Amino acid sequence: MKLVAAEAADREAVRAPRPESPWTRFAAEFAQSRLALFGLALLVLIALVALAAPWIAPQNPYDLAQLDMMDSRLAPGAQSLAGKTYWLGTDDQGRDMLSAILFGLRISLVVGVTSTLAAMAIGLSLGLAAAYFGGWVDAAIMRVADIQLSFPAILIALILLAMLGQGVGKIIVALVTVQWAYYARTVRSSAMVERQKEYVEAARGLALSRPRIVIRHLLPNCLPPLIVVATVQVAHAISLEATLSFLGLGLPITEPSLGLLIANGFQYVLSGKYWISFYPGIALLVTIVSINLVADQLRDILNPRLKR
Amino acid sequence: MSALLEVEGLKTHFFTKDGTVKAVDDVSLSVERGKVLGLVGESGSGKSMTGYSILGLVDPPARIVAGSIRLEGRELVGLEPEAWRRLRGNRVSMIFQDPMMTLNPVLRIDTQMVEAVRAHHAVSREAALERCREALAWVGIPSPEERLRAYPHHFSGGMRQRVAIAIALINRPAVVIADEPTTALDVTIQGQILFEMQRLCRESGTGLVWITHDLSVVAGLADDVCVMYAGRIVESGPVDDILDHPMHPYTRGLLDSIPSRNTPGKPLSQIPGMSPSLARLDAGCAFRERCERAHADCHPAPAVARPSPLRTLRCAHPLP
Amino acid sequence: MLAYAFRRLGQSLFVLALMSFLVFLGVYAIGNPIELLVNPEADDVERMRATVALGLDKPILTQYATFLVHAAKGDLGRSFVYNIPAIQLILERLPATLELAFVATVIAILIGIPLGLVAGLKPDSWLGRGIMAGSILGFSLPTFWVGLVLIMVFSVELGWLPPNGRGATVSVLGVPVSFLTLDGLKHLAMPALNLALLKLSLLVRLTRAGTREAILQDYVKFARAKGLPMRRVIGVHVLKNIMIPIVTVIGLELGSVIAFAIVTESIFAWPGTGKLLIDSINQLDRPVIVAYLLVIVTIFIVINFVVDVLYSFLDPRVRIGTAAGAH
Repeated sequence: MKLVAAEAADREAVRAPRPESPWTRFAAEFAQSRLALFGLALLVLIALVALAAPWIAPQNPYDLAQLDMMDSRLAPGAQSLAGKTYWLGTDDQGRDMLSAILFGLRISLVVGVTSTLAAMAIGLSLGLAAAYFGGWVDAAIMRVADIQLSFPAILIALILLAMLGQGVGKIIVALVTVQWAYYARTVRSSAMVERQKEYVEAARGLALSRPRIVIRHLLPNCLPPLIVVATVQVAHAISLEATLSFLGLGLPITEPSLGLLIANGFQYVLSGKYWISFYPGIALLVTIVSINLVADQLRDILNPRLKR
Repeated sequence: MSALLEVEGLKTHFFTKDGTVKAVDDVSLSVERGKVLGLVGESGSGKSMTGYSILGLVDPPARIVAGSIRLEGRELVGLEPEAWRRLRGNRVSMIFQDPMMTLNPVLRIDTQMVEAVRAHHAVSREAALERCREALAWVGIPSPEERLRAYPHHFSGGMRQRVAIAIALINRPAVVIADEPTTALDVTIQGQILFEMQRLCRESGTGLVWITHDLSVVAGLADDVCVMYAGRIVESGPVDDILDHPMHPYTRGLLDSIPSRNTPGKPLSQIPGMSPSLARLDAGCAFRERCERAHADCHPAPAVARPSPLRTLRCAHPLP
Repeated sequence: MLAYAFRRLGQSLFVLALMSFLVFLGVYAIGNPIELLVNPEADDVERMRATVALGLDKPILTQYATFLVHAAKGDLGRSFVYNIPAIQLILERLPATLELAFVATVIAILIGIPLGLVAGLKPDSWLGRGIMAGSILGFSLPTFWVGLVLIMVFSVELGWLPPNGRGATVSVLGVPVSFLTLDGLKHLAMPALNLALLKLSLLVRLTRAGTREAILQDYVKFARAKGLPMRRVIGVHVLKNIMIPIVTVIGLELGSVIAFAIVTESIFAWPGTGKLLIDSINQLDRPVIVAYLLVIVTIFIVINFVVDVLYSFLDPRVRIGTAAGAH
């Protein structure tokens, strides 16, 4: 008879097998945290708003013809000469802050998600390769990853951008470079654990081809921690991009992300015109918080050690 | 009464959102001076929880809802936590199953032993250390000086369990509750520890409750046996009596499934079915789904009967 | 133990050498500083002379070799902009950065660990949940924005604290420190808090996770079964177990705090190496960038090395060379 820890057995009701798919159960467990649901809802809202920015923003902040210097630095709620209300005020160029924020949100999200996906793809492949082939391949990849991870992301990104210059593509490259190692390491350790399990032996015993073993068998079991890492990393990427833009090394002025908007408004904080920096910051904050709320719950669900 | 420990009608329930789990449901037992009581049952039968209840280590969402636990005549149920704490490790102590994790890996042995003494007696560290050496000698650990300064990972499983036993005995408690202490050890070590615990208890007059799922262990060690199933004691009595004349079908099933009792070449006998979920117990006998002697009047559950002065039984259709 | 230490040392030196080469290569690919430093009207002869003077005409590898030779002597070139030795520039500003990083770390530890402990012990209480929600906020808030808000509130609105600069310093062992003067503290307060926020949130979460796991362990049950008072169970048994990974993380994160000071220094105009770096990047002052990176990399490697060795001290199970236990 298999001996379970007596206490756990005493405590836990023996569950009758429930006829539901793992996805339904996953969704149910996720929904247990109202905070996480709230975060998810917020996130979806933000994504929709950002995607729809060109259509719903009152003004196109990049169209110089629409800007009027006379309207610059107006407080939130002020009216333009034409009677338009600037709900969140204007910046020093006369741009409507609300529109600028919507477009900036768009850019921040696109950059964040794209870099995360790219980093994940690269990290995933390298991590799986390292775990599957072992030996010097493993050692080489992991050594590089370790060295890179021992330095703070911001430093690496700074230097890279200093070398590469400005632009959306370059910032994505920098972000991917900084992030891939997390995925590689996470995937590799899951894959190492899985590799030793019996079903891989069984699959090999059946003479299944290597790629098939990796994709059909190892991969699905490495996904849960990967999902958690990816979610958190999207938030990191967005935050890092904002920081870099704030420091003047990120996206160029022609495609202002939220970070750049905040940087623009920095000089006006001391004179009391806080809204130029403050509201973009709120938008950034809300985005990051909602991602983290979701990531937190995901992590709790997928963490085997806390299963009681 | 010379009983050091008397438990009557103990009920410890878990209140979860999936329902109430009746881990311990009306359990009664007693332990006398220098005697060993074997508490036998499968995983999930509630035997560990009984042990925790006696020690007062029942945490939410569980709670002792009814019953009485009398230790050296003092009632424990309803005692305030601080008072119970003073008895814990002092007048009643517990040994756990997995010696690997019972001792704190980052603290030295002497730290962990001395604190057990000084939590209950205001003595100097020196005096406490003296007690520790004594205790280690009782459990047969040679050269205690080096051992004291070592860390748990320096010891083998058997040694660690001996240290745990030494800690349990160090304040000379009236009763020791051992929760499957040898299950995780090699069979040879198991035998040694069983023997030594028996000796220690006889010599010091300590009462011992030995919780296990293994009837054969109980056969060699215990004076009395309680068989537990789904949170209830289904049968109890002196060990020889129970082993020779089991009355409850479950006890019979347990005995029959011991490999040495089976004829070589024939399939091993088993108890069919699975133990029930403790959250889904109804008012009937919990064993009736698996019992070949089950009958309509096994529902509602039979009350505790006394077929002879030293035996109790919960069965409507006992074995003849 | 010693063999292990030596091995790590060797690895560290290797990494240092590798990084120095990469850094050197990378930085020299940025752009041509001649364009910045020489009068745009200057003719080619002028440029030629300036190039030779700054040693920029030689092939990259030669430049690197020269660089290494000089570096070994402690000479990392002269700043193009300030015309003083780069290393001197860095070392002048380093104490300010280190002070900021150190104070921020202390704040994070003193507030983060107790909060995390509480959150771990009572995870479902209002306090526990509140702390966790706060921690999510803490590491979601972009540092630079928080700095902005702090300035808005404490400098502009309330006027309690100065918005930038470092306060009056006192010399301790030849190093100027500002946390010993009241003025210094007033200037330190916001930047240090700003920098601490991220690490604080991380520590809260780490401590909470560690505590939650530790509480479920058998040795906690056994400690309670011994009749130990809860404050000893938590304060000694649990704490000692969770401290090991926490101390490791703090040590490793120290480097990251120093790096992140770049942002804080930019906002609060704190005269440290971070601000220097940003300015140097914008001005293409290569020697300073290189010097900064080398100093930072060295600091990191030293920190990593020390933490590694320290870890084996703290966790008795990891000590190499002592009599190994059985299973």
